[in-house]
Amino acid sequence: MNYKIVIAIAAIVVIVAGVAGYAYLSSSGKSSSSPTPTTITLTGAGATFPYPLLSVMISHYHDQNSSVQVSYQSIGSGGGISDLESKLVDFAASDAPLGPADMAKAPGALHIPETIGAVTIAYNLPGISTGLHLTGKVIADIFAGTVTMWNDPEIQNLNTNTTLPAKSITTIHRSDGSGTTFIFTGYLSVSSPAWNETIGQGKTVSWPVGLGASGNTGVAEDVNNTQYTIGYVELAYALQNAMTVAAVQNPTGNWILPSLSTIQLAVQVGASSGLPAGNQSWTNVSLVNANDPQAYPIVSFTYLLVYQELNVVPGMSQSKATALVQFLWWVVQPNGGQQYSSGLEYVPLPTNVVQIDEATIQSITFNGQHLPTS
Amino acid sequence: MSPRLSGDNLFKTLTALLAVSAAAILMITAYELFVGSLPVLQKFGIYFFTGTKWNPVQTMVNPEIYGALPYLLGTLVTSAIALLIGVPLSIGIAIFLVEMAPRTLRVSVSYLVDMLAAVPSVIYGLWGYFVLRFWLLDYVEIPLSRYLGWIPIFGGTPQGLDVLNGGVILAIMIIPTVSSISREVIQAVPNSIREGAYSIGATKWEVIRNWVLSYGRSGIFGAVILGLGRAVGETMAVTMVIGNTIGPSAIPTSLFKPSQTMASLIANNFLEATPGTLELSAYIGIGLFLLLLSLSINVIAQVMVTRVLKVKGGAVE
Amino acid sequence: MTSYTYRKFKNKLFLALSLGCVIIAAVPLLSILIEVILKGAPELSIKFLTQTGGVIGSSDAGGIGPAIQGTLILIGLTCLISMPFGVMSGIFLAEHGNNKYTSAYAAWMRIFNNALTGVPSIVVGITVFAVVVLTLGHYSPLAGAVALSFIAIPIVARTTEESLKLVPNSVREASLALGVRNWRTTVSVVLPDARKGLVTGALLATARIAGETAPLLMTILGGQYFSQGFGQPMDALPLRIYRDAFLPYSNFQAQAWGAALFLILIVLSLNIGVRAASSGWLRK
Repeated sequence: MNYKIVIAIAAIVVIVAGVAGYAYLSSSGKSSSSPTPTTITLTGAGATFPYPLLSVMISHYHDQNSSVQVSYQSIGSGGGISDLESKLVDFAASDAPLGPADMAKAPGALHIPETIGAVTIAYNLPGISTGLHLTGKVIADIFAGTVTMWNDPEIQNLNTNTTLPAKSITTIHRSDGSGTTFIFTGYLSVSSPAWNETIGQGKTVSWPVGLGASGNTGVAEDVNNTQYTIGYVELAYALQNAMTVAAVQNPTGNWILPSLSTIQLAVQVGASSGLPAGNQSWTNVSLVNANDPQAYPIVSFTYLLVYQELNVVPGMSQSKATALVQFLWWVVQPNGGQQYSSGLEYVPLPTNVVQIDEATIQSITFNGQHLPTS
Repeated sequence: MSPRLSGDNLFKTLTALLAVSAAAILMITAYELFVGSLPVLQKFGIYFFTGTKWNPVQTMVNPEIYGALPYLLGTLVTSAIALLIGVPLSIGIAIFLVEMAPRTLRVSVSYLVDMLAAVPSVIYGLWGYFVLRFWLLDYVEIPLSRYLGWIPIFGGTPQGLDVLNGGVILAIMIIPTVSSISREVIQAVPNSIREGAYSIGATKWEVIRNWVLSYGRSGIFGAVILGLGRAVGETMAVTMVIGNTIGPSAIPTSLFKPSQTMASLIANNFLEATPGTLELSAYIGIGLFLLLLSLSINVIAQVMVTRVLKVKGGAVE
Repeated sequence: MTSYTYRKFKNKLFLALSLGCVIIAAVPLLSILIEVILKGAPELSIKFLTQTGGVIGSSDAGGIGPAIQGTLILIGLTCLISMPFGVMSGIFLAEHGNNKYTSAYAAWMRIFNNALTGVPSIVVGITVFAVVVLTLGHYSPLAGAVALSFIAIPIVARTTEESLKLVPNSVREASLALGVRNWRTTVSVVLPDARKGLVTGALLATARIAGETAPLLMTILGGQYFSQGFGQPMDALPLRIYRDAFLPYSNFQAQAWGAALFLILIVLSLNIGVRAASSGWLRK
């Protein structure tokens, strides 16, 4: 019966793949775990802004709780929000809070700010070090394409002791739907009436000029690889890649470099009071242009988004919901996830925000039952 | 056993049913794409195909609007560059393989062409972003921009991620398709034609150019169209090198401008559109546009090629 | 220069240009192979092939174990789905396509089969997202395998049909003359005769889908851990390459090249397998 050979070949392929699969599953090595019934995998997706910090947090959490694996796909805030709305993930991350349209599509979603970061203006200019002076209006003109050369008077006049090259500026923006873009364009909209009128704020906008790159990582990569570029990246990426960043002028007129201390000042001023509860809208919360002489002007919360009643997510179970709540609780604790923030120049959550988050996390239910946080 | 239920008829019916798989897959694809793009087509109508603005996020300043023309242009321009560069190379390779190469060289060269086809698209993209980009920038784009920058097609500041890069990579990727079919077409030209031409004193090149190529002209044209179809549908390699711009700034007015193809737009943005929204419908609409374009190109090509080549039948002894 | 000398010169020139085309085409291939080997080879190690990825930005980039496992799982699942459909379609088109009752139907099925090969893989991804991912409610390896099967089925069907057609009719006639039923003839006599062609088809389809990235973007999403079953997103080699390549961390980028080298090795060896199988088949 020779036709069996064909079937045999197909069977062999399948068996090999299966054996290989399980061989990898049970191989020893860092972070691998065998598929015991008690391994819980939580899936999250969204912003690239907090990804360096989330990556560290997740790794440490797994060291302490080996039965819980948190898998986070950094596909951009837009992707995260979309997955949340389609209930394809257990939690989402976004630097842009949910707008009215998104709130309508994700009813019962909670905002849990998990950290605070800064949008830096990174550039690649041979021979010019960190600290180029730029104002919000000039940055808006650069990204709008009205200022096209590095030695344009608008830029040169702010930097009288540096000679800028007579080269075209290539701007790098995000090609994916991005919370970082949301924060950045929000800043540009308040800095430049022209920007506000023609382009505005959004997770995606119609950039008149420049290259699109995917994720904070893509923008950082493109700026690193191409001379005479300027792009906007979250601080952790700029630091991890030793990028040169601009000193942006804040409302009091000072030129401020982004750093843990200058961001912290913005948080102290902007987040000390008036914050909504987790189940309310956060669209009016902004840490941009905080009113302190030494505060960096482009600062923002970034949020973990999760449904208040978890049974709306297909595949959710009592044990998964409990694991999720405990993970979220650990993330916002000062001696939990927050201890890793300063190392990456993210500002740890101030006490009042931790309290708001704790109340929010305690309100999460599965089938109506509240879940233990530890 | 009754004749109706014989093993033969059962087997024949089974295979006939399963043979419909390809058709069923096509139907499902077409159905999903049509249904999914209805919202955006109903809202914007012809603007979707002719307009240039693309704004998924409704703001006070800019309404939500979707016009796919820049991406169609991006696709066409990169494919045109691919054909301009890739087709002559492919025909040259086909000629070499059929008319010139000694037997041993023939095998190695066709291995080479097969290997070009085997390289996954994402690796072409990787190479295009990290290697080809700087090579093109230093040896092609900057010199052209310096000396011929006044010509619009060479205008703008080159930085390597643009339609030219996309076009060059596509050219390399279509070489296996176009050259192997051209090779079959040239091989199918009857030897009597060649002999007749030699007998009146034509040189080898003259035979190829005036007799062989013109005899196989429609088949080669079919190969070119197939290559075009391949270029139009290619996604990953192009996404990594084309620069990813949106809206009117994606219109490729110069070889050195970053742009976006229909395929790369979907790859870049599909994940962030929520199901049920107009935005997702817009990306599905682009997918529909792309499907119709590739299908028509492919069908035309298949018809042309099969007319020229003899269909392989069961060997009869 | 006489006209004859000029013609001879033109002849040499254009033939040299044809050779030149071959050389020009070889350059990118060599460049790609050299780059991938130079940048990827230093990464290859057991740790690289079996561990999960490390924390981004840290000095330990970990490995690509989950991506390799994901690709193997996808290959296995895709073969499982596409081989039955593809082989049976091919059998129908080859064996029964010439009968006057079914030849029109077969002709149409062949046209659809060829048309399907022209559908861009990203479009396949969109369709499977709508049909499978949204129905299931989550990203899944199953969705990825279905998408890859959409691409693989026409390839398998076509190579099956071609290799069955190459089996001489005398073999079929001999079998029928001995009283063997039609379907039994096909299954027990013709198929085994064409088995090298079938294997070629399977290898070709596998080589093609192993490198596909676009349909995976919206079906398996990607993942950091080894696959936990059909309910979770999963990683795969081409996806891992695409994601790691743009990380601005040199150790992660190096991983992308290492993964690219591994993937190219898989795909090239499958292609060499195809060559070996098909030339053996022709010589038979």
